[in-house]
Amino acid sequence: MSHIKIQLKEAQVNQLKEVCRSFDNDPGELINVLHKAQGIFGYLPAEVQEVVARELQLPVAKVYGVVTFYSFFTMQPKGLHPISICMGTACYVRGAEKVLDEFRRILNINVGESTADGKFSISCLRCVGACGLAPVVTIGEKVYGRVSPDGVKDILREYEF
Amino acid sequence: MEKRNLKKVDIIFDISECDYLAVLDKTILRDPDEVILDIIDSGLKGRGGAGFPTGLKWKFTKNEDSEIKYVICNADEGEPGTFKDREILDRVPEKVFTGMAICGFCIGAKEGYIYLRGEYNFLLEELKMKIDLFNKQIREKGLEFTIGIRSGSGAYICGEESALFESMEGYRGEPRNKPPYPTVAGYNWKPTVINNVETLVYVSMICRLGPDKFKELGTKDSRGSKVFSVSGDTPSAGIFELELGMPLNEFVEEFGDGDTKAVQVGGASGHCVPRKQFNETIIGFEGIPTGGSMMIFNSSRSMYNVLHDYLEFFTEESCGQCTPCRVGCQQLLKGIEAVKKGERKPAYLEELKKLALTMKVAAKCGLGQSVANPFNSIIDNFREEIIY
Repeated sequence: MSHIKIQLKEAQVNQLKEVCRSFDNDPGELINVLHKAQGIFGYLPAEVQEVVARELQLPVAKVYGVVTFYSFFTMQPKGLHPISICMGTACYVRGAEKVLDEFRRILNINVGESTADGKFSISCLRCVGACGLAPVVTIGEKVYGRVSPDGVKDILREYEF
Repeated sequence: MEKRNLKKVDIIFDISECDYLAVLDKTILRDPDEVILDIIDSGLKGRGGAGFPTGLKWKFTKNEDSEIKYVICNADEGEPGTFKDREILDRVPEKVFTGMAICGFCIGAKEGYIYLRGEYNFLLEELKMKIDLFNKQIREKGLEFTIGIRSGSGAYICGEESALFESMEGYRGEPRNKPPYPTVAGYNWKPTVINNVETLVYVSMICRLGPDKFKELGTKDSRGSKVFSVSGDTPSAGIFELELGMPLNEFVEEFGDGDTKAVQVGGASGHCVPRKQFNETIIGFEGIPTGGSMMIFNSSRSMYNVLHDYLEFFTEESCGQCTPCRVGCQQLLKGIEAVKKGERKPAYLEELKKLALTMKVAAKCGLGQSVANPFNSIIDNFREEIIY
């Protein structure tokens, strides 16, 4: 887990405790609580996991185990516009890697990182279920199909890059 | 072997007679055992890929003595190249709900859940609304059955039924040892029927038109039709419902781009069929079964890259619980990289094939057991592309 201790805002912590209560502090609802928690904080640093563990009366290790198991949970903060590049087979053979390289080159960050201004982050996904549109990129909720390396700049321009 | 010609059909997405309430009315007046016999008689097999006879699954669960039983619709569609369930839940969700309610009626379950893939969360709000309406409508009919929905969190392994139960219960999605099978101890360790989205739609069709209508299509071992997700090097990517039992060459003629060198049947965990075997390969349970993924590769594609991508996928998605799968996936990936770079002799591929076969026997669940399918079929048929 991270070495730097993060100070959580008290209002957010109270909000999280309220979420836990709304699920009756039931340990069986851990995954649902974590989804809500990520909605509040944007990510799930160790400090958030400790709060959840305390409220649901679970060992922190158990919470950590679930957080690291599912790819939807992240312990790194994501950008305002999270960019996900599909690396499923259909996308991969149609050149997803070149598209990824172009995003990395233009934004000057690696997979799993965010830009310094916190605006963009890059991650890879395994198949979004839109193989007919390969290669596929999603930014936030928006899906871009048949993306080519040349088209990357235009896509980023939509987000005032 | 029995063959059928390629034939497009329109059952799953046919909304012209989608009066699901009438289907329910008709079915719940019948004896549950008779309905189950109809499903068995129809020859319907699970459409997720494994192909277990649906009616038998229901019968086993019904015969279990338990106050609480569950019906679960497996909508954790994660196999690369498969996107049919998304389309079904988007366009004809009521048919899926109807199948679930019929199942609940037959086996004596009062609760049903849809486990929706996390990546499909954009369908969630709409589905919740439709489920609420459906629940209300069936309650008015006096049918004691309620459907709920659970969202996945981005783990391929959760499509494996026992991992799915673990995930629904709030744990890491790690598969359980079998037996006990879900029919005996599934969700919350209670008897559970877990069916694929598409299977449940065919159930409601069989209850509407009778098993004989369903049997008109397909072969002795593969009754009915199936929804296929076509992707890759094709001018017509998308969703197509086709009769089961067609030879692969007819499929390639219809969907290929004229330069097809291989088709990956059944997604990452399926088999890679090279051009020279198109004529003799039947798509169905007697030949190569598939959950619906048909990925077409033309001669510009490197099969080394394809295999490398599959192995990266399995390495990442292996839950890590059992050693054969966790270590096996990593070693297969490292192995082909070493052969490609010339650090290992080509004969090393034989050792890797043995490792894949060992995983087939020793891995705990379907994920590790099926890595040998793509691995050995690609190595056997495209050996030169892997080495050079």
